[in-house]
Amino acid sequence: MVAYIIRRLVLAILTIWAITMLSFAIIQLPPGDFVTSYVAQMAASGSIISEQEAENLRIQYGLNQPIYVQYAKWMRMVLQGNFGMSMEWGRPVLEVIGDRLLLTVVISVAAMIFTWIVALPVGIYSAVRQYSIGDYIFTLVGFIGLAIPSFLLALVLMYLGFRLFKTNIGGLFSPEYVEARWSLARTWDLGKHLPLPALILGLSSTAEMIRVMRANLLDELRKPYVVTARAKGLPEIRVILKYPVRVALNPFASTVGYLFPFVVSGSIIVSLVLSLPTVGPLLLKSLIAQDMFLAGTIVLLLGVMTVVGTLISDIVLMWIDPRIRLENQ
Amino acid sequence: MLDGKPAKSESMPTGLEERVLVATQWQLMWWRFRRHHLAMASVIIVVAFYLAVIAADFLAYANPTAAEAQRSLLPPQPVHLFSNGAFQPYVYALRGRRDPITFKRVYEPDPSRKIRLRFFVHGYNYKFLGIIPTDRHLIGVEGARPEEAIFLIGTDLQGRDLWSRLMHGTRTSLTIGLASVMFSLFLGVVLGGLSGFYSGLIDTLIQRVIEILRSIPTIPLWMGLAAALPREWDVMKVYFAITIIISLVGWTELARVVRGRFLSLREEDFVMAAELVGCSRTRIIFRHMVPAFLSHIIAATTLALPRMIISETSLSFLGLGLRPPAISWGVLLEHAQNIQSVAITPWLLMPTVPVAIVILAFNFLGDGLRDAADPYG
Repeated sequence: MVAYIIRRLVLAILTIWAITMLSFAIIQLPPGDFVTSYVAQMAASGSIISEQEAENLRIQYGLNQPIYVQYAKWMRMVLQGNFGMSMEWGRPVLEVIGDRLLLTVVISVAAMIFTWIVALPVGIYSAVRQYSIGDYIFTLVGFIGLAIPSFLLALVLMYLGFRLFKTNIGGLFSPEYVEARWSLARTWDLGKHLPLPALILGLSSTAEMIRVMRANLLDELRKPYVVTARAKGLPEIRVILKYPVRVALNPFASTVGYLFPFVVSGSIIVSLVLSLPTVGPLLLKSLIAQDMFLAGTIVLLLGVMTVVGTLISDIVLMWIDPRIRLENQ
Repeated sequence: MLDGKPAKSESMPTGLEERVLVATQWQLMWWRFRRHHLAMASVIIVVAFYLAVIAADFLAYANPTAAEAQRSLLPPQPVHLFSNGAFQPYVYALRGRRDPITFKRVYEPDPSRKIRLRFFVHGYNYKFLGIIPTDRHLIGVEGARPEEAIFLIGTDLQGRDLWSRLMHGTRTSLTIGLASVMFSLFLGVVLGGLSGFYSGLIDTLIQRVIEILRSIPTIPLWMGLAAALPREWDVMKVYFAITIIISLVGWTELARVVRGRFLSLREEDFVMAAELVGCSRTRIIFRHMVPAFLSHIIAATTLALPRMIISETSLSFLGLGLRPPAISWGVLLEHAQNIQSVAITPWLLMPTVPVAIVILAFNFLGDGLRDAADPYG
């Protein structure tokens, strides 16, 4: 079991290293650099920056050095917890990101929790009551979740929210709490706004998980041990929950793990539609402005967060499934 | 049978038994596939959409790039099918006036003037299939005055006809999905095949790369890559670049399927038999193994396609994918991003409808193919 966790950890670290390379490479890809776009921006607003000044800026930000040197410098800073300056905002990157990353985590985790608490019972119900009215209804809802990408769902719900309730369903806080400091009241306000984004973000993964859970459980329910349990006179609830559901949970848990990157990924684009204060809108802006440290840090932190989330779900899987737990003993 | 999984032990009339015994693998698959009604219906929908791809210009009735400031953001026109008891589809002409309070120019239907819709009319010039020059369109208004035009589902901010743009967007989105899936398939078959055939170091390496790629959230990665595309690139270059960017992650799933099939087939008796009678490795792969898992690859590819379409739509929606003058579903939806436009001009949301239909159809089709891929089960 320890060996399993270590193997997972090593892979996670390897992945994070690959993510640092990728995020740095992505930021380096666009032609020109920050100074080029800064000069263009200043020129557009009327002030001219001389060649010399531009060169000084490049030296100041270390843009004139070879890429691997820039990468090494960046990595050293990152390891010290310093993510550099956002060139566009003129403030440390971490300060610009602020609690946006935390909110991204909150929304993604909320969507995952939504997926778990909906998909699990619904999947079990649909399998046990196969071809019942309820099964058909959930299957239909599942298809809708599958067919509509989360950002389109957000758009459609926003329209409906406006048409039916005359309210803007976007945002994560009531107006009076947007700029407020963290407090119990603000957290409560966040909690009240959370279900809708969680539903939008979680619907497609919920749909998929219901299908996975239903199919797995149906396979298990046909097995002889279920008949045996029933023949021994166990109460029906126990027959289902104690054995087949536990077996069916295994593929469920492993799929949930790989859904996490998908949900985080979706949160970026849904945030733009619903104007949620996550890192999504910030990432888009920084990429367009070629604010390389900011964009790089966001991609990096999102990646790390995802890897950690997947790691946790792997460990949960191991805890659920004794076969993996005992494999290495 | 909504779940798409027909009961496995369907009893067959005795007369059929013999037919089943002598049927070829593809015949068995077809019989199995036919039982999946939703998949059968999806075939029709998918074929219809790809016909629309071929005939986009024919189905459109207005030049999708012709902007007209006067016609900015017109709402959809309801089509009336019968005029004086006869089948004679028409729409009402629009009458523009100034709102006395807001001074905004508003348009309203003018019941006194009917514009007749005609079929197979002359419109703007285009080349059918890119070769045959013609100007025939399915519907249109022939010989109407310039200010009389139809907008079945409204116009966008620049006054371009949304229906015609939707037809062209369908062409782009569906072909880019196909192109991406083909490229992913190529990468997936080569790398997955390598991984499955030569286990050991190569396998481990490719598997780790796949795991790493899959644990990275894709949209930020794509956003980063797409933002790097030079602004001055033309439509075709961006199109291919986006195809490659989407495939960079898309191949992993297909590679896993290919590898899994290779691994399980390697253990099969018929492969062992082929080895024993001295078949060459190439012959074993292409004559014995590939036909056995081809159906699975086709199913996996079909299921990958909707994901590719969503990817392109998402990227273009963010303004990082295809850019105007290219038209795709994502580009069309870019204008429906905020609450203002959604609330005031809901018809801009129209492109979500084909997106949802196509994604659903491909998912059902893939489901049916996956069930049929293993007709012995």
